[in-house]
Amino acid sequence: MLLNQFLILSAVLFCIGVYGVLTRRNGVMVLMSIELILNSVNINLVAFAAFREAIPGEVFALFVIAVAAAEVGVGLAMVLLLYRNRRNIDLAGIDSMKG
Amino acid sequence: MTGFFLSQIQGLDPLTSDEVLVAQNVFFGLIALVMILAALKMVTTENIVHAALYLVIVLAGAAGMFILLGAEFVAVTQILVYIGAIIVLFLFGIMLTKGSFGTEEGELRERNRMAILVSVLIVAVTSGSFIDSFRDAELNRQAPSTTADIGDSIFGQFIIPFEAISVLLLAALIGSVVIARRDQ
Repeated sequence: MLLNQFLILSAVLFCIGVYGVLTRRNGVMVLMSIELILNSVNINLVAFAAFREAIPGEVFALFVIAVAAAEVGVGLAMVLLLYRNRRNIDLAGIDSMKG
Repeated sequence: MTGFFLSQIQGLDPLTSDEVLVAQNVFFGLIALVMILAALKMVTTENIVHAALYLVIVLAGAAGMFILLGAEFVAVTQILVYIGAIIVLFLFGIMLTKGSFGTEEGELRERNRMAILVSVLIVAVTSGSFIDSFRDAELNRQAPSTTADIGDSIFGQFIIPFEAISVLLLAALIGSVVIARRDQ
C-alpha cells in the first residue's frame, strides 16, 4: 500500500467536511461535518504513524478522539441553548453579535 | 482422499506477501469508495437523521482504515467513542431540536457554489502537495502496533498531555452542564 492513497482519501474527506460546514445551516449538521473533518485528520495521523512505524501518531489520534468527544458535548449544549432561546437552530439567522 | 485433504491444508497456507498486498488494496478501494459516497450523501441529504446514519458508515470505514494501517487500538477506540457515544449524542441532539428547521433555497445555492469552489481548491492543493512529497512512499509495517506499546507511550512519554486531556474532559462536562442548564 502506498502512503499517498491514505493521505488523499483523508484530503477528500476533509474537503467534504469543509463543504458541509460551509453549506449546512442546521447547527447539528455543522457539528457532524466537523466530526468528519476531525476523523479525516485522524486517518492522516495514523497513516503517518504506520509509515514511520512510530507509536506517537496513534497516541495523538487517540487524543484527537478525546478532544472531539469534548467538543461535541459542548457544541450540542450550545445548540440546545440556541433552540431554547430562538425555537430554531438555523445558523444563518444568528447575527446578533455582528458588528 | 488424502490428496483432497492435502490440497485443503495447502489452501490454508499463509498468504504470500503479494496476495496480502492485493487483498489490502482491494479492501482499501472498497472501504474508501463507501466512505466517500457516504460522506457526500451525509453533507447533501435533507434528512438529518439519515445524515447521522451516513456518518456512522464513514466512521466505521475509518475504523476499517485504522485496522488496515495496523492500528488496532485506535480502531477499537474509534468504534467505542465515535459510533458508540458521539453518534448517540448527535441523535439526542437531533431529537431535542426536531422540527425546528426550514430551508431558504436561494441563499443556500449561492453559498453552495462558493463552498464547492473552496473544497475543490483545498483537495487540489493538499493532494498535489501529497503526491509531490510522497510520490511512491510504501507502507510496509511489519507488525501491527500492540496495545501494550500504546499504553507505555501514553503513561510514559505522553503522561502530561494525558492528564491535560482528563482535565479538558472534566471542563467540557461541567461546561456543557452549565450551558445547557435551565436557569432558575
